[in-house]
Amino acid sequence: MTEFLLDDLRIVGSRVDGGVPDGDPATAWDRRKTSYRLVSPLNRRKFTVIVVGCGLAGAGCAAALGELGYDVECFTYHDSPRRAHSIAAQGGINSPRAKKVDNDSILRFVKDTVEGGDFRSREADCFRLGEESLRVIDHMNAIGAPFAREYGGQLATRSFGGVQVSRTYYTRGQTGQQLEIAATQALWRQIAKGSVRLHTRHEMLDLIVKDGVTRGIVARDMVTGQIQPYTAHAVVLATGGYANVFGKSTNAMNSNATAAFRAHRRGAYFASPCFIQFHPTTLPISSPWQSKRMLMSESLRNDARIWVPKTKGDDRPPNDIPEDERDYFLERRYPAFGNLVPRDVASRANALEIKDGHGVGPLHNGVYLDLRDAIARLGVDVINERYGNLLEMYHVNTGEDPRQVPMRIGPGAHFSMGGLWTDFDSMSNVAGLFVGGEASWAYHGANRLGANSLLSACVDGWFTLPVTVPNYLESLLGTEPLTVDDPAVTATVNHVRAGVAHLLDRGGTHPADYFHRQLGDVLYDECGVNRRADELTDAIDRIQKLRKEFDDDLRVTGTGAHLNQELEKAGRVSDFIDLAELMCIDALDRDESCGGHFRVEHQTPDGEAQRDDAHFCFASVWERPTEPGPYIRHHEPLTFTAVPLETRNYKTR
Amino acid sequence: MKITLKIWRQPTTETPGKFETHEVTDAKPDMKLLELLDHLNDTLVTQGKEPIAFESDCREGICGTCGITVNGRPHGPVPNTTTCGQHLRDFKDGATVRLEPFRSAAYPVVRDLIVDRSALDRVIEAGGFVSVDAGTAPDADTVQIPLHVAEAALDFAACIGCGACVAACPNGSGSLFTGAKLGHLSLLPHGRQERERRAQSMGVQADEEFGHCTLFGECAQVCPAEIPITAVAALNHERLRAWARRYRGPDNAKRSKRKNASHGGE
Repeated sequence: MTEFLLDDLRIVGSRVDGGVPDGDPATAWDRRKTSYRLVSPLNRRKFTVIVVGCGLAGAGCAAALGELGYDVECFTYHDSPRRAHSIAAQGGINSPRAKKVDNDSILRFVKDTVEGGDFRSREADCFRLGEESLRVIDHMNAIGAPFAREYGGQLATRSFGGVQVSRTYYTRGQTGQQLEIAATQALWRQIAKGSVRLHTRHEMLDLIVKDGVTRGIVARDMVTGQIQPYTAHAVVLATGGYANVFGKSTNAMNSNATAAFRAHRRGAYFASPCFIQFHPTTLPISSPWQSKRMLMSESLRNDARIWVPKTKGDDRPPNDIPEDERDYFLERRYPAFGNLVPRDVASRANALEIKDGHGVGPLHNGVYLDLRDAIARLGVDVINERYGNLLEMYHVNTGEDPRQVPMRIGPGAHFSMGGLWTDFDSMSNVAGLFVGGEASWAYHGANRLGANSLLSACVDGWFTLPVTVPNYLESLLGTEPLTVDDPAVTATVNHVRAGVAHLLDRGGTHPADYFHRQLGDVLYDECGVNRRADELTDAIDRIQKLRKEFDDDLRVTGTGAHLNQELEKAGRVSDFIDLAELMCIDALDRDESCGGHFRVEHQTPDGEAQRDDAHFCFASVWERPTEPGPYIRHHEPLTFTAVPLETRNYKTR
Repeated sequence: MKITLKIWRQPTTETPGKFETHEVTDAKPDMKLLELLDHLNDTLVTQGKEPIAFESDCREGICGTCGITVNGRPHGPVPNTTTCGQHLRDFKDGATVRLEPFRSAAYPVVRDLIVDRSALDRVIEAGGFVSVDAGTAPDADTVQIPLHVAEAALDFAACIGCGACVAACPNGSGSLFTGAKLGHLSLLPHGRQERERRAQSMGVQADEEFGHCTLFGECAQVCPAEIPITAVAALNHERLRAWARRYRGPDNAKRSKRKNASHGGE
């Protein structure tokens, strides 16, 4: 039955070429860069490039292109570029600079990243990530990020999950903030110089494509409501990830998929949308009004023990549950790693306990993260020294002191490894549309390693896009961007205006948030940490019904001619609903387990993810049909030469 | 618990605003203030009314997007905490709570509780950066920075740009914000070559956008990033230092550039 349904939902397409040069993946980036065409300094100002998004990838790309002399238009829906969600990253940024004698190297970095992603990323991409990371640290340090230092004044590093060396650079627990502020300062420098024009409070609502070539975007001024086209020689999307499709995630309230998904509607392929990372230690939902999943750092698992009551539905206060009635399930199942198993493994184990009825808290949707034994062993002062600010954050947010009562945590949607498909030049299948950072699918495969997300955004923004975009622009020398009265431009603008008007006149009864919450419930229930074919088909059915309900019963108050947050939300939720359907189709289509995508039908006898390399060693590349009908699933085969295919094993390593 | 909200409504910058009263009877003590507004907005939209416009994003206190005046105090009753970190348990059951936008001449109201804080960005644009192009930086390990210096820079760099300091100040001064950036960048070796120019041009821009500082210190009491009041001293110190080093401002940029060149920078 599943097979039958799947065939109704998607058609198998053809092979897509990622454009990686043949031969050694370690030198692929160098060879590719050398082959790129250049634009001479005097010609650069003749090219206009639109960059959408001001996070680490967007701000970096806009600033770097401005430094080179291109004419850049930069868009953000925030009031200031510094607000982009890159700012919320805590842990750090990886770089195999190999200054220490712990025997790190670029190859080891690639091995960790490829294995961490469970062999579903492009090997050559990972080499680029490692290689360019060296300059990223130098650059971010020089433009104002005060990295942590040793007493001798050298850069300090720490260790992160899935890695046996120390290569994570950091600034306290606010690495993302310091990198983002440094990057946006560099952007302001270009704005002051006049090479970048910044459009704040502008939301991209469509991509202008003519004859298969990207020619600009349509954006709405969120204050005046004016909808306008902006044309250019190329467009860069650096609009972040889509974990907010789950309604409540660790993402910021406004993080959304609209820019990327509307590009997808215009023909850009979407790669592996079902690859979502669930972070094992986020605050569970304790109440219907809770607005998001707050993240608790992975580092807590160094000293806190995760457990659930052995008896299902045991509602006694945790401190009243005696030792022999507690199940320290991670230590039981993974004696070698205990509480420090990788993110996807921990999330999966937590979710299984909750699903089996052992969940704790008022809604039985969490597990305990308990510092009791560590406090007894080390004393409360040592624990405060190590985790004081985190414990305070938990205390403030829950009203419970984790030094007295165990914390309650659960898996929450956190990062999207999937995204718009790009080739080795970071360009999508639509010519002139480039994608960087979390909005693209590159680097992370089916599971991202900690501290690799800030890195991939910085590498794309500062060191990849500024060389790949000019290679494309060179062929356009002597051409002008489309004029605003070009039929392709006016048609797109009219399409956007009609879409906005349509959202405004549904005349239903429920606000957009109402539908977003339901969408999140469907996904957490049936396309979450554990996935099963029958549940996924049910999810698709529920999402299609929700789509209809949304179309019939949405209510947007106010008009489109002023600042209208309900209108903004409605457009985003509409895209999330369609994206959620695609995610579930992708999860159903990928009939294997890998990384964060765990199909319960495919597990080893001891419950680990079982890949099917014979049938699924590829990135799924989805094309949206122009007429109503099934999606087309193309594939980009993935080959591994430097890091040979093997089964991930964190038990004995 | 029951909360009566007196909320500032203002459709656009040009139209006059007024307070509007809403009662929420099913509030819970562990709700956050912004979740109460989410909840109220849900009800308003379902009734066909326009929701209250307010801004927030990360809801973890780091992005600086949120910021409203609660009972006359920027961000809310709990000191040094963003609006998104304020909980109803810090209000009395039955309380009347007044919610207004950040109040400052430098922050025009955009709509309801949303203000335009671009004045802060214009101060950064004036010189709050390091002029190093991508790819041209020296190896970060070749320039040592003592731990205590990096930490001191980080104390200033922690600013989240929420702008509560300006709203809290009776003079509407942006000295804490401007000083934090000058303090941060002056402590680091990179960008020292443009230290005088930066101090001068950011100082002049801050003078244009904001009021003067008379050291009330209310900025530091509301600052969610706990920027030390010494940031104000950093601003004055940096400006005085630029003056003493004969840096004569953007108008004299050419002359100074020549002078600096002859001195081989700093």
